[in-house]
Amino acid sequence: MTTTSDTYNYDPTQPADRRQTGGVTGWASRYVDERTGISYVVREFGRKIFPDHWSFMLGEVALYSFVVILLTGTFLTFFFQASMAEVTYDGSYGPLKGLEMSAAMQSTLHISFEVRGGLLIRQVHHWAALLFVASIMLHMLRIFFTGAFRKPREINWVIGYVLWILAMAEGFTGYSLPDDLLSGNGLRIIAGMVEGIPFIGSWLEWLVFGGEFPGTAIVGRLYTLHILLLPAAVLAFIAIHLVFVVTHKHTQYAGPGRTNENVIGVPVLPVFAAKAGGFFFVVFGLLMAMGAFFTINPIWVYGPYDPSPVSAGTQPDWYIGFADGALRLMPGWLGGPGGVPMEFTILNTTYSLNILIPIVVLGLFIVAVMIYPFLEAWVTGDRREHHIADRPRNMPTRTAIGAAGATFYVVLFAGASSDLVATHFKLSIESVITILQFSLLLAPIAAYFIAKRICLALQKKDRQIVLHGYESGRIVRLPGGEYIEVHEPVDEYERWKLVSFNDYEPLMIRPNAAGRIPATERVRASLSRWFFEDRIEPVTSTELEVAHHH
Amino acid sequence: MASNEPTDIVPADDHGTTFTDPGTAVERADAFQNPGLPPHQLRVTDKDPKAAKRAERVIVLLFYVSVIGSVFAMAAYFAFPIKPNDLGSVRLNNVFIGLGLAFALLAIGIAAIHWSKALMDDHEGIDIRHPVAGPPPVQARAVEIFRQADRESGFNRRVLIRNGMIAAIAALPFPAIFLFRDLAPAAGTPAEAYSHTLWKQGTRLTKDPTGDPILASDVTIGSVFHVIPDGLLKSDDMLEEKGKAAVLLMRLEPGDLHVSPDRKTWNYDGIVAYSKICTHVGCPVALYEQQTHHLLCPCHQSQFDITREAAVIFGPAVRPLPQLPITVDSEGYLVAQSDFHEPVGPSFWERRGDYNV
Amino acid sequence: MAAMNSSDTKPERRRRGRRSPLASVALVLTGLLITGGAYALMSAAAPANASVDLSSAQSIQQGKKLFAANCATCHGLDLAGSSSGPSLIGVGAAAVDFQVGTGRMPLAQDAPQAEVKPRVFDETQTLQMAAYVASISPGPGIPASSNLTLTGDATKGAELFRINCAMCHNVAGAGGALTEGKYAPNLMNTTPAHIYEAMLTGPQNMPVFNDQNITPQEKQDIITALKTQNKDAGVGGFELGSLGPVAEGLFIWIFGLGAVVAFTVWLTAKGH
Repeated sequence: MTTTSDTYNYDPTQPADRRQTGGVTGWASRYVDERTGISYVVREFGRKIFPDHWSFMLGEVALYSFVVILLTGTFLTFFFQASMAEVTYDGSYGPLKGLEMSAAMQSTLHISFEVRGGLLIRQVHHWAALLFVASIMLHMLRIFFTGAFRKPREINWVIGYVLWILAMAEGFTGYSLPDDLLSGNGLRIIAGMVEGIPFIGSWLEWLVFGGEFPGTAIVGRLYTLHILLLPAAVLAFIAIHLVFVVTHKHTQYAGPGRTNENVIGVPVLPVFAAKAGGFFFVVFGLLMAMGAFFTINPIWVYGPYDPSPVSAGTQPDWYIGFADGALRLMPGWLGGPGGVPMEFTILNTTYSLNILIPIVVLGLFIVAVMIYPFLEAWVTGDRREHHIADRPRNMPTRTAIGAAGATFYVVLFAGASSDLVATHFKLSIESVITILQFSLLLAPIAAYFIAKRICLALQKKDRQIVLHGYESGRIVRLPGGEYIEVHEPVDEYERWKLVSFNDYEPLMIRPNAAGRIPATERVRASLSRWFFEDRIEPVTSTELEVAHHH
Repeated sequence: MASNEPTDIVPADDHGTTFTDPGTAVERADAFQNPGLPPHQLRVTDKDPKAAKRAERVIVLLFYVSVIGSVFAMAAYFAFPIKPNDLGSVRLNNVFIGLGLAFALLAIGIAAIHWSKALMDDHEGIDIRHPVAGPPPVQARAVEIFRQADRESGFNRRVLIRNGMIAAIAALPFPAIFLFRDLAPAAGTPAEAYSHTLWKQGTRLTKDPTGDPILASDVTIGSVFHVIPDGLLKSDDMLEEKGKAAVLLMRLEPGDLHVSPDRKTWNYDGIVAYSKICTHVGCPVALYEQQTHHLLCPCHQSQFDITREAAVIFGPAVRPLPQLPITVDSEGYLVAQSDFHEPVGPSFWERRGDYNV
Repeated sequence: MAAMNSSDTKPERRRRGRRSPLASVALVLTGLLITGGAYALMSAAAPANASVDLSSAQSIQQGKKLFAANCATCHGLDLAGSSSGPSLIGVGAAAVDFQVGTGRMPLAQDAPQAEVKPRVFDETQTLQMAAYVASISPGPGIPASSNLTLTGDATKGAELFRINCAMCHNVAGAGGALTEGKYAPNLMNTTPAHIYEAMLTGPQNMPVFNDQNITPQEKQDIITALKTQNKDAGVGGFELGSLGPVAEGLFIWIFGLGAVVAFTVWLTAKGH
């Protein structure tokens, strides 16, 4: 520090107000800087530019939901007792009075019915948790479909992916804390799933629950994870995630003046700070309104956990729904009862394929989500940095893969709601499940082809617009009696959005130095063909000239 | 690996090419040129001082709406107190504190955003991007530092030391696994625990949750009783035992039951008892349809046919629900003949295949 | 039916909420007041018992005429049933009052199960038919109004409801799916008498809960719990149909995230 300070003409012998002017702002800035050296940071980041687009705010929604979760969660910890000790309820809620329940359930009811504003904070906490995961996933979809995971952001994609997993873990551990009937049956299902894991299943369950289900330990253990380990991990990963966002600078959409070497937008101080800061209050306010007006997780209706009862419509919170759906859609007997059993015994050990297959399929699905950026980079071989977000239509195969993945997820979620689908659409539960089982296999394929065709059609339309202009809807009669519709040409700014995209051609296999074609290159080439066989090239200036002369 | 001069480190001068390799991307000479930023457009508030003044008034108003919201929330705290045993008061407390806070928060947010959109300077700012990687000399220096550290420590040369270190670190987490052993009780094994329930010969079937015994004559055709073993309510591990011992009791026309030869004595005059714990992942299977005699699990929709010894007819479960052999005692109350003949609930690795043979 | 009604009104309520957060607040408040009013009306609606003497020969005679004209085709005048309708021997007056009183009978169409419809016969006619059926073959009677006073023990009732009823009817009484297109109906607007009769007679695929299984006092406890629970279910605001996490998840995606995205669009739109 001392070696560089003289370059600023820093003279500590002079009183601050005489050294420089700047009023109170100047005085306060200097006061802080002289004790922290923060002016470096302000100089670097104070006028950092953020591009303006609604889809760039989704990650912030997740961040703000998390802040709301931390604030409301802290309030809740002051009252919640993470204990499964038996107590007798003696609170305000009539239909539970005098009932034996765990201290966890009783304290949650106490928060809801006796602490002023407690129900509000509890509901805001739960709504914020649902919004947290929902906004993370919408954010991930945005990143995926615009290719914002490409170099140099592959690692940040993985960090965001870890945050998604952590958010689900946070959600599930929190959902289970009140020890009510609904979450208790959720834990029962998890315990049953764990039991089905080969070799270690029953011991794993034994350890997690401290003996037989439900035991008296699980709520306390989940609480430690929920308020200590998981939030610490989420905070750490958010910090890394944001450091990378700053390091990489934000992506931007193609547009006039926007290049891969610049960022165009608004400066952090003051505009972005005002917008983003204001947006925090908006998100918080919306969650507050939800907490005030919409019941969430009415545990008093569910009652305390008891292994004997269960409610129709027992479902996990929505973000675990895809896992529950996988369990529901996996048939126990392939081809119906009497067919091939998905659970069998060999040498006195049991293989529960009806549990294992869903676990493996879900595992493969989420691993595929994680490694996709690396796969695409390998296929394209493109080592350049990419800071211009793709329009989804300009990468038809990627968009189609995303559509297929999203469809797969949605079918699984629908599987978790199969009973509600049946009652609300007056269908039989068996036909709903059978349709969803086939949909799980077929709908992603259909979604893939439909999305790809739509992308290609939109690209063709873009080409038409660039080459021949917009249809103006104005019909003109030519002197020869012929009617034509007048096309308005696009201006150069509009055109740039339509023509400036990356175009890849399929990889040609060439022998390497040793004159051989390695197997990996063959795989890469076939993947590359799959990705880029159907492609629409961007209009070039030569093409446009030719079109004009027509 | 053991050589003095590691060769697998990328030379620093490779920096340029790895950054610009476009892979299979097509770069065209006659592609369009970026036309540059379009001219800046003025907003109404830039051109019309009256509009700017109006925006200013709205923003000020919104901030004070927020103050009113906060005050309202505090007032609601007192104006709508929670009264004991009055859920209506909880509802009002919730709505009005929430309403005040929602107004307070939304108004701040909308005011700040409106301020930034309408009144703050909106000229486009431009930042120049630099490659994420350090400049070539910096990157080269970093590589050199690692190589130097390797030379000076002999990390790649003194293989025995290095491998010893890796082994030491790799061994370290294993004691932690052993520490976790006591998460579960030291005595017993899960397979043992899952294989026994509170049912034994002569245990009376009692109603859940009251614990009253059940006369065989009370179980009429079409009835379903939710059953727990006598003595469960006094058990120390009530929930754990209930989670295994819960039973569903139904009476069918004896002619409707298809009974396998070794289970001839397990029902009493058409009264059958089956474990309520699903063989899939353990939800209570309790939706009994008295005309179809089907049992449905509400969690994952497995269906069991009671007329055919609870065989699976639909859904993800594979095994039938275990049957509890029952009879009546001298007073006419229903009692168990024995425990279940197989572990109840979900399958697990140590579950044998010979329980029913 | 009640389930259908509530799900019809919900999107309406939500659509309003979407316009602007401020408008939604006001509208939501209005909605809250209306819901509160509806609850008050609902709990005030006690079973209005028409005065029919079930044992009088005249009632039985009237009931026989109605039965012969409307029910005997399927169930037989001697209640023995036929291929198109089950035997009614031993079902008692309670079953008739439940089936006809909720509009399930006469059956309208071939469906997986009889649906609740506007009732075809008025209170008096229903009771006359009940008198006739009971006169041929005795069975469970219509519950006395002293058994329907809603003064039972709500805690016991709620526990019994969870153990015996919630797996089909949902813990809040919102209803749920059964096999092959059948369903357990929503109980929120079902009268105490009909709930009582359903437990006693086990209509369609519902099991019978006789007085030895669930005593008359326990039945009253269950009804008390259900009605208390309905009254207080909205303590945290709108219940979203009391359908649990799926409804909550759809709400956060469509309306929560919808509102948030609407704000992001506004906040990043260029000022004009």
